[in-house]
Parts: sequence; C-alpha cells; structure tokens
Amino acid sequence: MSNTPYALEMRGITKRFPGVLANDDVNFAVEKGEIHALLGENGAGKSTLMNMVNGLYRADEGKILLDGKPVKFSSPRDAIDSGVGMVHQHFMLVPTQTVSENLILGQKAPRFYINYKKLEQDIAELSRKFGLAVDPQAKIWQLSVGEQQRVEILKMLYQGAKLLIMDEPTAVLTPQEVTDLFKTLREMTATGHTIIFISHKLDEVVEIADKVTVLRRGKVVATVDGHATSKAELARLMVGREVLFRIKKKPAEPTTDALVIDSVSCENDRGLPALRDLSLTVRSGEVVGIAGVAGNGQTELAQVITGLREAKFGTITVQGQNVTNQSATATIDQGLAYIPSDRNGVGSSPNLTLADNLILKSYRKPPIGPGWRIDLKLVRSQAEKLIEQFDVKTPSADLPARLLSGGNLQKLILAREISRQPKVIIAVYPVRGLDVGAIESIHQMLIDERDRGAGILLISEDLDELLSLSDRIVVLFEGQIVGEVPPEDERIDEIGLMMAGTKVEHSHAT
Amino acid sequence: MELVFLINIIEAGLRTGTPLLFATLGELITERAGVLNLGVEGMMLVGALAGFAVASSTGNPWIGVLVAMLAGGAISLLHAFVSITLRGDQVVSGLALTFVGTGLTSVLGAPYVQIRDVPRLSVVPLPFLENIPLIGSSILYPLFGEQNIIFFIGLLLVPAVWFWIERTRPGLQLRAIGEKPAAADAVGVNVGALRYFYVFVGGVFAGLAGASLSLAVTPLWIDEMTAGQGWIAVGLVIFAGWNPWRALMGAYIFGALRRMPLDLQAVAWLPFASNPILGVWLNMIPYLFTILALIFSSREAIRKRLGAPAALGIPYVRGERGA
Repeated sequence: MSNTPYALEMRGITKRFPGVLANDDVNFAVEKGEIHALLGENGAGKSTLMNMVNGLYRADEGKILLDGKPVKFSSPRDAIDSGVGMVHQHFMLVPTQTVSENLILGQKAPRFYINYKKLEQDIAELSRKFGLAVDPQAKIWQLSVGEQQRVEILKMLYQGAKLLIMDEPTAVLTPQEVTDLFKTLREMTATGHTIIFISHKLDEVVEIADKVTVLRRGKVVATVDGHATSKAELARLMVGREVLFRIKKKPAEPTTDALVIDSVSCENDRGLPALRDLSLTVRSGEVVGIAGVAGNGQTELAQVITGLREAKFGTITVQGQNVTNQSATATIDQGLAYIPSDRNGVGSSPNLTLADNLILKSYRKPPIGPGWRIDLKLVRSQAEKLIEQFDVKTPSADLPARLLSGGNLQKLILAREISRQPKVIIAVYPVRGLDVGAIESIHQMLIDERDRGAGILLISEDLDELLSLSDRIVVLFEGQIVGEVPPEDERIDEIGLMMAGTKVEHSHAT
Repeated sequence: MELVFLINIIEAGLRTGTPLLFATLGELITERAGVLNLGVEGMMLVGALAGFAVASSTGNPWIGVLVAMLAGGAISLLHAFVSITLRGDQVVSGLALTFVGTGLTSVLGAPYVQIRDVPRLSVVPLPFLENIPLIGSSILYPLFGEQNIIFFIGLLLVPAVWFWIERTRPGLQLRAIGEKPAAADAVGVNVGALRYFYVFVGGVFAGLAGASLSLAVTPLWIDEMTAGQGWIAVGLVIFAGWNPWRALMGAYIFGALRRMPLDLQAVAWLPFASNPILGVWLNMIPYLFTILALIFSSREAIRKRLGAPAALGIPYVRGERGA
C-alpha cells in the first residue's frame, strides 16, 4: 500500500449477465497520471468492466474506489460528476449539432438561454489550452473521424473528467490520426489526467501503455509493465497460446482477369456520388486489398459489384461476362461470392436454421432444388458436411443462425460462399469484431481460395489484415482509387496518407 | 375585384390555418424529440370535444381551451406509453390513437351535436388598421382587423417554439434526443422522461388546435369535425422541414387551400366550379396536396435533406451489453 491512493481501484468485481459470467473476481488498479491499457479479445469483458466505472452497469459483487474513496454509480451522470469520462468506440455526439452544443449538452450551465457567442469563445479557449484544435462552430458531421474524437475528449475535459476511459479509440483512425491521438494522450497525462486505454491491438498497446492489464474470459490474467513487455508476450497472455501474426502464404500466381470494373460510378443512399469513375481489375489467384477509411465508397463498391446497387455509369464483368446492373441472382450464377460486412442483416437470415442458411444461394438449382421442391435429406447431409469441414461450432444444423457467435457465423457464411467454388469473392470487413483465433481461420480460408484460383477483392479498414492477406493494395478515397501500393510494412505511412486523401506518387507493384 | 378575391382567400387562410398551425407545431415538437405521433387527428378531436363540452357547461371558453389542452395531452400519453415505455411500433400506436380519439369523441360527443349557442373565443377588433394610409382599408384591415384571438396566439407561439428549440438548453436536449439519443443518454440526459414530456406537449398543442376549431373557427361540435386536418398537420411537419417558421407558412397556405373551393365556386368563368358534382373535386385539393407532400417526403433521401430528426420513429434502447 502506497500513500497516494490509486486513481481507480476495483476490488473483487464480479458481473453476471443471463448465462454469462462477464467479469469474475477482477482486481484492477490504475495509478494517477498513467496510461493503463486494458487488453483482451472480444468478449473478454473489457468494456463490461469499464462500463461499471462509467455508471452504465452496476457490479454484482466487489468494490470500486476512486482516489481511495468508495463510489457507487447508478448512472453515467454520477460518473461524470465524480470525474470519470468515457470516450466510446462509437462516438456519442449529435451529428447535426455544433461542437459547442455537443460540449454543453450534459452540463448544468447555462440553465436556459444559450449565449452562443460567449460559449464559442470559452470553448475555443479550452481547446487551445489542451492543444485539441477544433472549430467550435463546426457541425459534427462536417468533421473527420479524428476531429470527432478530439471533440469527444474535449467534451470529457469540459465536464471536468480526471479519469478518461477510451474504448478502442484507434479502431476508426488513420495511422496519422493515431499518432496525433497518442501525442494528445501523453500531454493529458502530463497535466495530471489518468487514462485507461481499452484495446485488442497489440502494436499500439506496446507503444502507448505504461501498464497493461490483460483480461481473458472475464478474468485478469496478468498486469505487466508496458515498457518492458513485448507483442508476443501480450498475445500469449491474451489468447492463452502462441499466435501467428502473419498468415503463411506462397507468392500469388495470378492468371486471367477475373473481375474487371471499368469506369463505374454510383450513388449512396442519400443520392450523393459514392463511386466516381472507378476502374479496377482483380485477376484469378490474387487478393486485391482495398484500404480506406470507412465511408469512402467501400460498401457501395461491394454492392454495385454484387448487383445490390445500380451503377450509373461503367461496366462490370466477371470472367468476361457482363454483370453490370444484373440482379443479385444473376451475379451469383456468374460465380460471384459475397461476404458482406453485415453478417446478421445481409450475410445470413438470423431466424433460419444453419442448414437453411447454407442453401440460400443454391436452393434454386439441382441437386438441391430442381423446380419447386427442395431435397431436405441432401440439404441436411450437405449442411453437416460443411459444418464439420469449416469447423462451425454448433450442437446441431437445426439451430437458428442468430444463436451463433460472430466468428462461427462468419465461418458459416464462408462455408456457403466457398462451397460453390466461386470465381470471384468480394469480402467486406471479413474479420471485423472477431477474435484472434477466428481471424486466423477466416484468413486461412481466404488464402486457400486464392490458391484454388479465385480472384479475391478484400475490403478492410484494418491495415494489418490488408498487409497480411493482399497481393496488391489499392487505396479508396471519396469513391476514387488514389493509389496502388505493394503490401509491404514500410509502405504503411504512404497508405495512411492516401487514406486521408493525399495523392502520393506511387510506383506500381508488379 | 381581383384584389378582394385574393384578400378573401388569404384572410380565410390565416383564420382556418390557425388550428392547423397549432397541430403542426405540436407534432413538430414531438417529432424533434424523436417520436412520430400519427394520432394528431384523434388528439385534435378529443381537444375539440373537451373544449366544446366544458365551454358550454361552464360558460367560459377559456376554461374549455384549458381542459382541451389537458385532454389532448392526457390522451397523448397512451402513445407515449406504447412507444417509449413498451418500445412499440410508433406508426401502429399513432394510428390506434387516432382510432381511439375518433371513436371516443363520436360516442361521448353525441349529446353535444345539437348545441349551437356555445360561448366562443372572442374576436380582437383592430379598428386602427383601417386608418393606415394606402393599404389600411384595402389590405390590412380585411386581413387582420377582425381575427380571432387564437390567430394572435398562433403568431406568438411560432417564435416562442423556435426560440425554445434553437436557443435554449432544454431545446438543445430536445434536439439531441431526437437526433442521437445515445449521445444525450451518455452525458446524463434522461431520454425517456424528456420524450414523454414532448409527446405530452404535442398532445397539448393538438388539444389546443381542436379547441380552436370548436370554439372559434367553426364554433360547434360535429362528429369528426377535424375532417383530416390532423393528417394535414402530419404532412405539414415534413413540408415545413421541421422548422416552426415554415410550419407557419405551410399552415396558412393549407388553410387557404381548404377555403379555396368555396371561393372558386363564385368564379363564373370556371365551368366546373359551380357544378355541385364537379365541385366535389375542388374540395379534394387540400387532401391532394397532403398526399403529394407525404409521397414526396416518403423518400428517405429527401427526408434527410429536409432535415428529419435522425432518430425519428426509433425507440431508444440503452446500449446492449458491451462485449
């Protein structure tokens, strides 16, 4: 026991949800002025633990102490009043309101009339003080993701937060923005703030954290010194076994053009241009990665290829067959496989059984469904075969798909798509939200498909994933391809710059 | 002649547009808080009957107005309970509220259909307008000189509502819970309670709209006397782009449109206008516009561009348990 109390101390915290033990007797202590990383796979209980400090949940057992004093929060408001602020992964900002308005939303003053002029001056001053430059008059939707995050941090500081919890803050940032964020965080600890940094990314934890606490299945595995640890050690603690960081693969042997996108333009849901005159070729036997910050046309690109969105201009061909503005059924028949980002909404039908989900793309044709009837026996035996082959963990093929975990559902979707031996696979954020184990197997499946001769278009916001899987990386910005880069680690800054819209003189990969 | 004709239509627009204005403002406030209440028609009817009944039994129209507002607010809580507490489908619940209001007033209102001499809200005479040179006697007086007091209340309410929404802290919270309730919740704003409050406010306004119909514009009680004005108000909110000032404009325009069939019947050179069978078509004009407004605004892209609150019609559930 030292004399200065911990900024935050959690003793014997247990939290149960129906059927789940989310946190199991967790002891966790954060010293004043440090950056303490909370590391763990998805579902390890990191966010649950922090949501108890933040007032969203109440612990079933255990004690929480702030600066040595026990606290009991029953709402986020209580936590804010005690100087705890949380920056959520999905920003809690009102897009149509200005920076200033967002900052005062939860404040007690002003009580009624808002003097915007004075307010904006105050906030400009505050943002200068903390080196977080934002325009107080700007509407949130006009800001980049990095700027929005700055507003979130500013909001917490404005509310007087001393302890700042950041939930996977880098997930949506470009590499440059991450650098800026880290600088800001260091400046904040220098002024006496304490930061808890929730993450499952090892690189950044090693880079930023003074201390690292690793959670696995709701329990604390270890707390280590952030400066003395290594990626490999943390990964072992986190997963409980040794982990391969980069998938092993042979050099690609691309052959003919599998997917050719020629000068395609389309609109997004708001009727605004989403793709502008985009051209791209994917050859059989290669993985082409599309890097870019989400919202630059990725979703629309996948939809326009798979017949789910109208192309205003341009043509799309799959192995020479024109599929432009064909129905989704037609693109399926042309040998196009689609792994959408929305697993529950687009990739599967949550209330159908696993077996039914597996035939969603093949029930129209022999051998399963010649004409109007479906050969249920065959469906069943095929489903069981695929479930085993693709290692989908489930007690039965008759279970509704919604009961599967994210990783198992994704394996199920891959099983359906890959079993049809597609010529082209469009994979959108295929491992988003999955843990290290599931990521490994999904990646291996995609590489196996490449080696079989499929052309793969991989859309991802995770640069590590892109570098590990892709044979070529192109960068998408505001609906256009701004450059092509070979997948080499030393080019990561270049990719980051292009993701932020900077055109870089690029050398073509061969 | 031409000017008189035009002034007549505009004056009628101001007069008959005022109940529409109240209903539209109320629905606008409710929708800005993120709750879609399609029960405006029903709430208006409840307000109209409550106001009429109380005014005729107490002899004081103002007590009638007050009770009408409370009645409108009270019945709106049905919708609040279903859509906020039970997180039910807001469209279904709102429609149900309209049915409830229509049925309830039809039954309870039967004894009042015969009553004619109910104390009504008074006209505010402004004789000095006639003395203003040039436009006084020809334009200003005919337009504003003999308007009912509710017209002026309506005029005052618009800037008040605008100020509340755009310039005050409660208004900031109102906008936040309609745009992104999770953000408001995260900083300690009580989303559920505030939504209840603003649904209630919408009901109060609809009740006022009803009372202004039955105690001022057409001072009597007839079954379903709102004749679809509640629906026009729902369309007007969209037409107005959720902006009180544009709601004012829209309400007056639709008021004038409702009146126009009558005026057009007097125009000799329109062949169908005076024909009683063809004249029916003229009566459809305001509804036609409502339908057009609703069709036009049903495209999500257009709605977003007009400025629909992002969380409109979506029940708020505090974040599912974090993984």
